Amino acid sequence: MQAMVYRGPYKIRVENKDIPPIEHPNDAIVRVTMGAICGSDLHLYHGMIPDTRVGHTFGHEFIGVVEEVGSSVQNLKRGDRVMVPFNVFCGSCFFCARGLYSNCHNVNPNATAVGGIYGYSHTCGGYDGGQAEFVRVPFADVGPTIIPDWMDDEDAVLLTDACPTGYFGAQLGDIVEGDVVVVFGAGPVGLFAAKSAWLMGAGRVIVIDHLEYRLEKARTFAHAETYNFTEYDDIVVHMKKITDHLGADVAIDAVGAEADGNFLQHVAGAKFKLQGGSPVALNWAIDSVRKGATVSVVGAYGPIFSAVKFGDAVNKGLTLRMNQCPVKRQWPRLFEHVRNGYLKPSDIVTHRIPLEHIAEGYHIFSAKLDGCIKPLIVPNAA
Amino acid sequence: MAYTAEKPALAETSDQLRARIPGWGVDLDPRDRPSVPRERFDPGSSGAHWDFPERQPEKWPRERSNEHKFLTPVFGTSCPPKGVSGAMRKYAYKRFSEARAAHWLILVAADRVDSLGSHFRSFLTLRPDNPITETGIRSELTHHGLASRMGKKRADLAHQPLDPVIIAGPWVLGGVAAYAGLKRVRKSVGRGAAQSRVTITS
Repeated sequence: MQAMVYRGPYKIRVENKDIPPIEHPNDAIVRVTMGAICGSDLHLYHGMIPDTRVGHTFGHEFIGVVEEVGSSVQNLKRGDRVMVPFNVFCGSCFFCARGLYSNCHNVNPNATAVGGIYGYSHTCGGYDGGQAEFVRVPFADVGPTIIPDWMDDEDAVLLTDACPTGYFGAQLGDIVEGDVVVVFGAGPVGLFAAKSAWLMGAGRVIVIDHLEYRLEKARTFAHAETYNFTEYDDIVVHMKKITDHLGADVAIDAVGAEADGNFLQHVAGAKFKLQGGSPVALNWAIDSVRKGATVSVVGAYGPIFSAVKFGDAVNKGLTLRMNQCPVKRQWPRLFEHVRNGYLKPSDIVTHRIPLEHIAEGYHIFSAKLDGCIKPLIVPNAA
Repeated sequence: MAYTAEKPALAETSDQLRARIPGWGVDLDPRDRPSVPRERFDPGSSGAHWDFPERQPEKWPRERSNEHKFLTPVFGTSCPPKGVSGAMRKYAYKRFSEARAAHWLILVAADRVDSLGSHFRSFLTLRPDNPITETGIRSELTHHGLASRMGKKRADLAHQPLDPVIIAGPWVLGGVAAYAGLKRVRKSVGRGAAQSRVTITS
């Protein structure tokens, strides 16, 4: 089969690999019909996540058709059209039993600090991902769901990570009616977080970024008030000015490890890998909110230490909430929102790229060319 | 507004927002939010029909965090550790917990050894690494590379020139090291030959 393969920082190519076999009785093999590149894939692509091996296939946002099932699979059969959450999870451990599917203890031997994620390095379990024609899906009775007939493929693929992660980020903010919510990052997750903040009753939603075309999307797609931080000497001061010098009630970091806005932080984290990520957006979030506020973090960071302004968080009495999104837990409610027209995930798709051109896809997304917000990947065999 | 007990007024009321924004407030009640409360004990809801999953066969000694009690029952089988980078990875997992910086820094170093070694090995194959196709740089020409940057207030433009340095740096350093090594070998070979001529003549 054809699969995207990592060759080292900033380098990928398509290779022929063996179709993955069933390795466990509850495995399924899924023929991928559509995938996506996630902003967090760029952390892998840039060589920021430890234990990313040459030969690894990325991709944790994908949908497809069941090709084969293991002997103990009861809920799926060959030919089913399925969407697969980015989390690999067992459904039965201490954490899964409490709904924390992203923190599953039974699927990642390489680390206890993170669960399993498709195509996201050995730090996240060493599973090959869905930027390929076929993918192994462990715990087929637990993770995947048959795509409802009424749902578009492009909506379905965005419901495997970006949309639920943004929705989850808004939930972590504990938004109450009339809250001022500031979202750092107008990428896919930030756009969905901003949109979701309204569903939870926010009274004002502000989005910060440096890419004008993405801020335009935040205005039209997420009805947000937007600011380009490059136009201000100090965006934190500006946030104070527009919130009566109190600060926002809730901030959401939807940027993560490659935040811009501070050259040294960015270069130390994203270029020279001297810290787990560039926490510029997180530090701005901490400093932009009012005392006693909540900061929600859904941007991805590497496991190495980062220079976070923790003292300010302590002294302001902030609540910091964060996690990888337990996607499947979000689905029933999100399906309702999509069906009711409150959310249209595919509205943020800008590029549809054949698998054989995936190297260009990564570069376009990474270098923010051509107004790119969300690139989808379409395998040849689809 | 002075610093008083009042919450600053919003530009729009809830009713105005509800009228303007589709779905405004449908998840106002935290009970409608799927991840509230954070932990909800409901072991029967996941679809799992086991208390503990059957174990996947371990086809090679699978490296694992020393913070785990045992190898997890299911795990990824992509890219088994190999060569020098593989030995570094095994050492990092065996010797240092996730709490130690050494664990992660050795893994990052192993990643670099892995990619450099793989690049060099690729030249012994029919498909050597190609920096043009593998970096996707051609999209700069096909997807408005210049127009996407020119006249735009983009903070990332300040550090994008570092990308080629990061990509090409190891190659340049490797080339310089190889050239210096070759020069040294030639010099010592030349000196050896001169010495043997002297020995022969005398």
